[in-house]
Amino acid sequence: MADILAAGTVAPAFSLHVTPDKTLSLSELRGKPVILAFYPADWSPVCGDQMELYNEILPEFQKHGAELIGVSVDGVWCHEAFAEDRHLHFPLAADFEPKGQVAMSYGAYRAREGVCERALFVIDRNGVIAWSYRSPIAINPGADGILEAHEDLPK
Amino acid sequence: MSKLSIAVNGEDHLQGDPSSECSLVEYGDYQCPYCGEAYPVVKRIQKHFGKRLSFVFRNFPLSQMHPWAERAAEVAEFAGAHGKFWNMHDLLFENQEGLGDALFLKLAEMLELSPSQLESAIEEQTYRARVRADFAGGARSGVNGTPTFFINGERHNGPFDFDSLRKAIERKLKLYFPSISE
Repeated sequence: MADILAAGTVAPAFSLHVTPDKTLSLSELRGKPVILAFYPADWSPVCGDQMELYNEILPEFQKHGAELIGVSVDGVWCHEAFAEDRHLHFPLAADFEPKGQVAMSYGAYRAREGVCERALFVIDRNGVIAWSYRSPIAINPGADGILEAHEDLPK
Repeated sequence: MSKLSIAVNGEDHLQGDPSSECSLVEYGDYQCPYCGEAYPVVKRIQKHFGKRLSFVFRNFPLSQMHPWAERAAEVAEFAGAHGKFWNMHDLLFENQEGLGDALFLKLAEMLELSPSQLESAIEEQTYRARVRADFAGGARSGVNGTPTFFINGERHNGPFDFDSLRKAIERKLKLYFPSISE
């Protein structure tokens, strides 16, 4: 299993659909810290917990001016239904076609199951990975690592 | 390993002796059914360990999911300001199915607290900052759902039925006091 990209690596560029007619590119967010939260799937109970938790913690991320993006291989329509059901206030990006390509570029793809790892990346204002963490797939990592990484970012 | 970022302190609602050898901290939400399940388990744990354990409850209302959670937390803090935090904490969990303004006022009356003072505290968001500070501290500590327990400052990742919590606490007690064995 390839390891996830480490701190100090330039974050691979991507452009993914976040709604059926809108894409989001990492480059658009340059100048702000970005939290990329790869997770295995919409609807599975553990994932729901993690995305719902981050939805609740969003104001804490926003205190750091950070943008949060959830990424899984689910398609836009699935993301849309999931986000609506859970009242999510942040975008879910569809790493759907070619499947898992962005996750692969971050070393966060589980080829055997065909889903994303439960992996977190904090990308600094200049587009460089400042912190990354891969959680055991069944454990919701919480947000302490993300918040600590933001405290350590140069202001 | 996620750790409690804010140590147990004088601002906390605490049962037991703060210097006891084991500290159990719960981040909870009054409207969360799992916290409701954990409520009698914690009571049993407290009884089981007696003076060897202290218990702290901190607020972690998941407001997007549970519309009454934030307000219930403020109600408990209001009661706490009048020396009745634990009475209200218990009543809120025991009446979890019926959370809402009518219940909050009724519980205030039961505890001989002024319902009108409660109403203005809610209106003026007197206890909102306290609840949000608990929440922020929990997020920073790695709370990953409700309830999340910390045993001697370390996040408990396992299940929270009586036996799982008891074993986790026993492991901690032996770790810190290897001479005590059962």
